[in-house]
Amino acid sequence: MRILALDSSGLVASAAVLEEEQTIAEYTVNYKKTHSQTLLPMVDEIARMIELDLKTLDAIAVAAGPGSFTGLRIGSATAKGLGLALDIPLVHIPTLEGLAYNMYGVSELVCPLMDARRKQVYTGIYSFKGGFSTVVEQCAIPVEELADRLNELGQAVVLLGDGVPVYRETLEERLTVPHTYAPAHMNRQRAASVGALGIAYYRQGRTETAAGHAPDYLRVSQAERERAQREKKE
Amino acid sequence: MNEEKDILILAIESSCDETAAAVVRNGREVLSNIIYSQIDLHTLYGGVVPEIASRKHIEKINQVIEKALAEAGVSLQDIDAVGVTYGPGLVGALLVGVAEAKAIAYAAGKPLVGVHHIEGHIAANFIEHRELEPPFLCLVVSGGHTHLVRVRDYGQFDILGRTRDDAAGEAFDKVARAIGLGYPGGPKIDKVAKEGNPDAIQFPRAHVEDAPYDFSFSGVKSAVLNYINGCHMKGESFSQADVAASFQKAVTDVLVGNAMHAVEEFGVDKFAIAGGVAANSALRQAMARACEERGVTFYYPSPIYCTDNAAMIGVAAYYEYRNGTRHGWDLNAVPNLKLGER
Repeated sequence: MRILALDSSGLVASAAVLEEEQTIAEYTVNYKKTHSQTLLPMVDEIARMIELDLKTLDAIAVAAGPGSFTGLRIGSATAKGLGLALDIPLVHIPTLEGLAYNMYGVSELVCPLMDARRKQVYTGIYSFKGGFSTVVEQCAIPVEELADRLNELGQAVVLLGDGVPVYRETLEERLTVPHTYAPAHMNRQRAASVGALGIAYYRQGRTETAAGHAPDYLRVSQAERERAQREKKE
Repeated sequence: MNEEKDILILAIESSCDETAAAVVRNGREVLSNIIYSQIDLHTLYGGVVPEIASRKHIEKINQVIEKALAEAGVSLQDIDAVGVTYGPGLVGALLVGVAEAKAIAYAAGKPLVGVHHIEGHIAANFIEHRELEPPFLCLVVSGGHTHLVRVRDYGQFDILGRTRDDAAGEAFDKVARAIGLGYPGGPKIDKVAKEGNPDAIQFPRAHVEDAPYDFSFSGVKSAVLNYINGCHMKGESFSQADVAASFQKAVTDVLVGNAMHAVEEFGVDKFAIAGGVAANSALRQAMARACEERGVTFYYPSPIYCTDNAAMIGVAAYYEYRNGTRHGWDLNAVPNLKLGER
């Protein structure tokens, strides 16, 4: 089992190759540059370093949303093109699940949050007790609502993601449960996590065709939203 | 006889609201040309919504490419290069095609050739006119572009003139909306104008001072809007057909006038049109007549090759490929790409 994993859902661009129980290569850049220019060169670079024969890949796992609309499409189109050319399936990894998987095995709840603009965060709540499970499905909500949900759950939580620096003050004010923040080596998107979860989902048969894959934005476009509002008013 | 190997190009186009893929042999023969048009989706909004276009591209692109390969009866391994439009256009829409094309070329071990969208439109003329070769002049008119171009050689262009404001097709869309015809304006005005009198209303023909080949269409568009407002104020109705026909005539007169001025100035004997508006029947007739009067051979693509399509990108990519153009895996979408830039 050999998998290529991609994550370009946020500011981070990351590519990794995993084989059975280990990561063979990972390339992660958290620096403002268009993923369109960096993602495929990163794949090419690690592939050459590990002398990867692309034809030996079994699947491609991709962080498939939510996230930056354009970033998601660069990752998805790259995965779809590779999948088409190599005739292999894709594994659709919800972005927040991939992020949560950075914290594999912790006893606290895991809550990744991404800045979703418009006073919302993309978030979800996950647990590793008795295996990886979803407590709250990924969604777009105000950070206050997220804090209230965590307080209701009444358990210690680890927070991570690019939403943390944006909303840290609000979280500090509002959270009543014990909470910590993930450290620098695991608090942003990493393709190795996407790949590890990808292998697990692949083994569960949770794959899709390259043609059938599309990102899950969790939001409609602005034009559709405004049109729905107009229709509501009328 | 020198038996040259066939060159097959897989081409991808996603610069606006058509998701398209094609396979082209030796730059002139279209083996497949698949277009998924999103027009119905955008009609609701009276124009192309970039985010909706980008979302639809990613949903459809693999099916379109797979169908293009299947209809051509070739596999990726038979392909010599992958061509893709990387500008100009809507950046989010372009990025889908560019990321997809790069990944396919990379995984299949094929060279990548980025193509300028306008170069593709011009190259559309090569598909049905095997005898057409540069040098010639070409007027590219579409919803996003109005360019008068001298094609010196394959892949070598001089832009003689361009629009200073609205593209010709944009003016068609805006006027069509104003007179209640809806989106897309070009084909609708073309149809309604057939019932109208093109001399009923005198709309202005704008000429740009000191730039004989440049265009301006915002004036004629405003004149139409003013005329309609005037009718509303006076409580009068207006003839949709007469407005459409008169507007179309005003635009056509300027396009033909500037184009023929250039034809005479540069002494060429071949003239071509391209782009979505090149499918307009009044423009085709007027250009054909003007060219005939001057003893110039007039070329124009079938409507299917006027609209955005990937076959034309495949043709342009073939000549770029022959000229040695290759792009790296860091190729980006360039929404304001200039013609002739690589």
